[in-house]
Amino acid sequence: MRISARGLFWLKVLLHISFLLPAFYLVALVLTGNAGGDPVQYIIHYTGMGAINSLLATLLISPIAKRFKIAALMQTRRLVGLYVCAYALLHISAFISLDLLFAWRLLFEEVIKRPYILVGAATLIIILLLAITSLNRIKRSMGKRWQSLHNWIYLAAILAPIHFYWSVKSEIIEPSIYIALFAALLFYRKDSIYKWLKPKK
Amino acid sequence: MTGKKRFTQGIQKRASWHIPDNQVTPESVFNDRRNIIKALGLGALGASLPGQVQAGIFDLFGEQQAKNPFTTQGLQYSTPPKFVLPNPKTPEDKVTRHNNFYEFGSSKSDPYDNGQNFKVDPWTLTIDGLVDKPITLDLHELTTRFALEERTYRLRCVEAWSMVIPWVGFSLASLLKQAGVQSNATHVAFETLFDPEQMPGQKSRLMGGGIHYPYVEGLTVAEAMNDLSFLAVGLYGKTLPPQNGAPIRLVVPWKYGFKSIKSVVRIRVMDKQPPTSWNQLASSEYGFYANVNPEVDHPRWSQASERSIGEGGLFSAKRIPTQMFNGYGDSVADLYKNIDLRKFY
Repeated sequence: MRISARGLFWLKVLLHISFLLPAFYLVALVLTGNAGGDPVQYIIHYTGMGAINSLLATLLISPIAKRFKIAALMQTRRLVGLYVCAYALLHISAFISLDLLFAWRLLFEEVIKRPYILVGAATLIIILLLAITSLNRIKRSMGKRWQSLHNWIYLAAILAPIHFYWSVKSEIIEPSIYIALFAALLFYRKDSIYKWLKPKK
Repeated sequence: MTGKKRFTQGIQKRASWHIPDNQVTPESVFNDRRNIIKALGLGALGASLPGQVQAGIFDLFGEQQAKNPFTTQGLQYSTPPKFVLPNPKTPEDKVTRHNNFYEFGSSKSDPYDNGQNFKVDPWTLTIDGLVDKPITLDLHELTTRFALEERTYRLRCVEAWSMVIPWVGFSLASLLKQAGVQSNATHVAFETLFDPEQMPGQKSRLMGGGIHYPYVEGLTVAEAMNDLSFLAVGLYGKTLPPQNGAPIRLVVPWKYGFKSIKSVVRIRVMDKQPPTSWNQLASSEYGFYANVNPEVDHPRWSQASERSIGEGGLFSAKRIPTQMFNGYGDSVADLYKNIDLRKFY
């Protein structure tokens, strides 16, 4: 299926709206006192789910594009990927500012001591690197290495649901579902992951 | 001493239960501020919308339910000076809107959202097991059999946040003494109501966080007889709302919040240690004792400090050092003098 330039534009507008609306909804919930008596955990959890859902959406684009033969869809991947980064940054900012209240020493200790936070931090670093290198100028100058770096998204897709699973106290059903979803999306890419990991001659 | 300095220097030692350096914001000021924010936020957005749409927005935000909240009644009580804290109290609407009560769902707002139709009448609380005279209290007796007193306690959650809450109730010891605890008794077990029809968390694993219901908790007899162990029937001068454990709950202020079992239907005196819900679920993380201890970390939360939930908005919370036994060491440290608290966490 072919999508016109105009169609692609509106598709992008639609995507922006669907990723921005949840953020505005969160602001409205907090301002109206509907994010609980102490919204801190609510905000951290909500933005974390925003990041993980956006990541899922990013990884869904190419299977859908291939299955339904809509090549133009691939041009929305960067847009969606940047929302992964945006939500992940909101997530970590909320943790540092609202929960730890800028106790940097505590943050440092927590990252070292708590494996789930370490896993989250690693995921964030990968996502940040991918976001920064998504600029056209940097992409061009990186040449072949760009794709190799951006394949690290596969690692993020493994780490993010582990971070989620590890962070919950007992409610493991939801994180388990996410692990399964990401596993399926990675399995779909097993050939290209294998090629990526194979030692280069 | 500044807050930051205190944080880096660790626990501040104090003889009594007092943290001084805070200023009280009256509840009314807090509520006004909240209303202003509310008016600014949704008022501006809502005013431009037709009535139908406005109603829709409020439905979405759960305002519908708030119109029919559970009804609480005022209580008669004394306020023994011994249990008055100088710390500013956590505002009532935060105490009633930020709850862990997995029977109503595992998110902090679920207990309020799903608990408002909870029925506490009729209710029976049975005290039995190794006692001379088993007792059954009905709803009316819960608030009339013992003289009620107000106690302001610090509550420290294992998730590293804390509140300061004025409870109304009576000491657990006074109830146990009436029942007559037998000499061979070692432990006291507690059980929450099991009613999956009313408590969606007990019906569905997805909502209930995987806990095996009914929720059970336990104390040693010595802990239960300690002056601080309290059965609360009220909060802020009124009977408890469901999300806080209506109609009667335990409050053990030197232990993590999850020990303070809610909506209690049974208290059983035993000669062995009873199972406890969180210990059953993850024994490596939650021990039987669960004493607040800044030196023993939980795998997910450092216990050295806590976020104190007080008055004010998102950015006004404080991080304060956690005190050993939540600051109640003077009254309870003796109970554990021969126990390795790293092993018996």
